[in-house]
Amino acid sequence: MSESNEKKIRVVHYINQFFAGIGGEEKADCEPLSKQEAMGPGMALKAKLAPEAEVVGTVICGDGYYGEHTNDARERCLSLIKAFEPDVVVAGPAFAAGRYGFACGDIASSVTERLGVPALTAMYEENPGVALYAKKTYILPCGDNARGVAEAAGRMAAFAKKLVAGEVKGPARVEGYFPRGVRKNFVHEQPGGERAVEMLLSRLRGEAFRTEYEMPVFNKIPPAPALKDLKNATIALVCSGGIVPMGNPDRIRVSSAESFGIYDISGVSDLTPDKYESIHGGYERAFANRDPDVILPLDVMRAFEKQGVFGKLHDKFYSTTGTGTAVSFAEQFGREIGEELKQSGVDAVILTST
Amino acid sequence: MGREIERVAGIPVVQIATIIPIMLTVGANRIVPGIAIPHPTGDPDLGPERDRAVREELVMRSLGALATDVAEQTVFEK
Repeated sequence: MSESNEKKIRVVHYINQFFAGIGGEEKADCEPLSKQEAMGPGMALKAKLAPEAEVVGTVICGDGYYGEHTNDARERCLSLIKAFEPDVVVAGPAFAAGRYGFACGDIASSVTERLGVPALTAMYEENPGVALYAKKTYILPCGDNARGVAEAAGRMAAFAKKLVAGEVKGPARVEGYFPRGVRKNFVHEQPGGERAVEMLLSRLRGEAFRTEYEMPVFNKIPPAPALKDLKNATIALVCSGGIVPMGNPDRIRVSSAESFGIYDISGVSDLTPDKYESIHGGYERAFANRDPDVILPLDVMRAFEKQGVFGKLHDKFYSTTGTGTAVSFAEQFGREIGEELKQSGVDAVILTST
Repeated sequence: MGREIERVAGIPVVQIATIIPIMLTVGANRIVPGIAIPHPTGDPDLGPERDRAVREELVMRSLGALATDVAEQTVFEK
């Protein structure tokens, strides 16, 4: 069979109003439309896709419209894309354009999620679209302005073909896209111990080495203002040391927790081992199970409340296990607890961790 | 978790924990060093009375930390 008779890979290209030649900021409210041809950066893409793949259509939406009417824009773009029956969808490249990056990330991830069609986009590493969508779709790195269009088109075309063939199998840095936070299991030819020692030796020699377990990057925030009036303040106890009522009624996991518990302590003046226990899987629990106050100092807090050192102990405590717990879960617990404390009029928190 | 509580509720959070570098890494702003990992707010080896005294001192220091304005991450030592 000659090449011309083979079925070509159908590629749909998503671009904004600017790259479609419709206009700049004054046309950013342009509503979704489609063309049965390659346009703008799609011309470079088309050239790089040939001969086994072709651009069968271009879907266009103004960046302002996509940002301000996201649901509507997404639905309409998805139906325009679907009409072309694509094998793969390519969005952008968005370079450093923030709203365009958002639109490209959103449409690429939606195409895969909703239409079950592989998709990819490309943008500059500092485009906010990377942080928003890198985990949901394939985002290839590219330059920060349109001068990099030819190079980006080449990489996107090659990646699109690989994606359709099911050949994107290696880690992100090898395949050339921003990490999606996906870990794949495979058998390494060299045992872990040897790799660790080699890494250590490289480090001692001042040579480059690559960790196999990237640590999360934590955000910092400015400190909240101090309590103005301790004597009238309501204070809540929170703990990541796994103190729960006996029997762990909420079935909080002993490690890698995905939930936290809220427990009423109104009228409780001491955490006694017949009613409370530690279920934390990451430290020796003997001390905590003899006296849970060594993890969550309720006895002293209640005494200080009675003495008038501070106003009131909040009548609930919040607890989870902080061992192997994903940072994203810990942050989510913090947000949920924070919202509740805010609504309850709590003025400050003592958080204990093991 | 503590940082998000502080951010969302806009209220001071003091964290009592033993491994200070971790507290600094995760963004705790007011830190009181705990006694030990399995018993941050007590020292049961000292017997019940001194265990309680250790806890009282820690909680008092923590309340003091909550009532103290800080410009950056601060460890409140004894």
